[in-house]
Amino acid sequence: MAAGAASGGSARADTYKDARGWLLLPSWAVLGIFVLGPVCMMLIYSFLTKEFRGGVIWEPSLAAYDQFFFDRGLFGDEPPKLEWTYITIFWRSIWQAGAATLLSLLIGFPTAYFIATRPENVRPVWVFLITIPYWVNLLIRTVSMKFLLRDQGPLNDFLIGTGLIDSPIHIVNTNFAVQLGLFYSYLPFMVLPVYAAVERYNFSLSEAAADLYASKWTTLRRIVLPAVKPGVVAGCILVFVPSMGSFLAPDLLGGAKNFMIGSLIEEQFKGNAGNWPFGAAASMILLTMVLIILMFSARQQAKTDKAGG
Amino acid sequence: MAHVNDNIKAYKGFRSITLMCLAVLYAPLLIVTIYSFNASQSITNWEGISLRWYADVFTGPESEKFKVAAFNSFTIAIIAATASTTIATLAATAMVRGGNFKLRTVSFGLISLPLMVPEIVTAVATLIFFNAIGFTRGYMTILVAHIAFCIPFAYLPISARMQGIEDSFEQAAMDLYATKRQAFTKILMPLMAPGIISGFLLAFIVSLDDFIITNFVKGAGVETLPTAIFGSVKQGIKPNIMAISTMLLSVSIVMVTISYFVSKSDNTK
Repeated sequence: MAAGAASGGSARADTYKDARGWLLLPSWAVLGIFVLGPVCMMLIYSFLTKEFRGGVIWEPSLAAYDQFFFDRGLFGDEPPKLEWTYITIFWRSIWQAGAATLLSLLIGFPTAYFIATRPENVRPVWVFLITIPYWVNLLIRTVSMKFLLRDQGPLNDFLIGTGLIDSPIHIVNTNFAVQLGLFYSYLPFMVLPVYAAVERYNFSLSEAAADLYASKWTTLRRIVLPAVKPGVVAGCILVFVPSMGSFLAPDLLGGAKNFMIGSLIEEQFKGNAGNWPFGAAASMILLTMVLIILMFSARQQAKTDKAGG
Repeated sequence: MAHVNDNIKAYKGFRSITLMCLAVLYAPLLIVTIYSFNASQSITNWEGISLRWYADVFTGPESEKFKVAAFNSFTIAIIAATASTTIATLAATAMVRGGNFKLRTVSFGLISLPLMVPEIVTAVATLIFFNAIGFTRGYMTILVAHIAFCIPFAYLPISARMQGIEDSFEQAAMDLYATKRQAFTKILMPLMAPGIISGFLLAFIVSLDDFIITNFVKGAGVETLPTAIFGSVKQGIKPNIMAISTMLLSVSIVMVTISYFVSKSDNTK
């Protein structure tokens, strides 16, 4: 097995080299036509004129992006000022996603570390336990969270019953509820890459640090953390990116005051009040931000790979 | 590697955080499961165990809506998972057994595209696409969208499995005058079975669970279980929703568990 794995690493098996084109054709066709094509189409739509009952008129226009960034007054004849409404919504999304990422890191790192230091045969069981909830319908998980946290919900009942609090804590419709919902949605994305990194970490390094009288927390901070940093960065990106564009957690747990990008985009395509080019433009801006983050992380990854040899 | 003392590895509190983490993950699901058996009309008061809300799902005033939604959800999930698993298996064969080629990185990028693009963006793009080509939204648009975004979920376990199988098995078969086609169907595919099953099940769950993309491309009048549940929840959480959620989450958990055990089984020895 070891020899096979080693040979698989350098020279790629090429048994079906001749059929390659045919084998790849279906995936290229389906993903090209139904994912890549639509994204390009969306880019075009963001530069078209809106039709008032949804849809577009095929006339090139910059109105969508203009509306996003500039305020020209009620009749559009005032000198443009910076429009803060949508920038604020984007900023809130970034902030909320950041807070959810931090929460996931604070809980996910110790969890991943703990699992990676279990005996080898029980680790998969722990990982499995962490990932099961992820495969449960996100809508059902978010609704369950709301059910648990609501003012008359089981959590408040329990806290009042034990006498810890006198009146229910309002959690639903706060920023914190959204962060909790996002944390709940994407936690496994934090745990899995960190776990993989800690599992590869050579604990002799920790032992060496202890021999040199480093305290345990110093060892964690100065030896373990730098060594598993790629895993931590990957985990943070995997939580941050889907959190930023999420729709269900802010919609169900956040209420109207805690509007995020996802809801802003959704609103443009629902009913007759929508503005398709504007929704397409907001989606393009979100996608651009995500691609920048992913490119940055791929670069970092390449750098660490190089440094690691 | 030299054995490192467990005292050096272990950190105080990490075990408690892990257990707390599991509690946070499972508590909402457990609570909803428990309350789905509540006899009370209200979702707040507990009045003893009963199956009335399960009966309500099948025979109550909303049962017709749920039946149609369940039919749509399950048929779409089965067709989408079958199609995307087939496509992913072919792609994985080219990627893992196709040698080095120029478009390899691009192909991989294309396959993982649905994972990189935020779901809401994919949803908007797909809606716009169907609108632009003048395709009426409905069952077919949901199905096509699901086939596309399920591909990476099927692809990952399948290609991981194929990387774990040495090509010496197929080489040996071909040394004994098997054709490439025979080596593929008689040797590689049977060995791949666990990966393919696990890819199929993951694609199935992803399709069954999808809300955002479905919500955009479904058109008026066509509902799947998640969109029907969402529509209902908008007017407040009702006990029958908890019953239907419990059933749906049981399906997901059973499928993931099967997928886990199948992918762990090793038939290459």
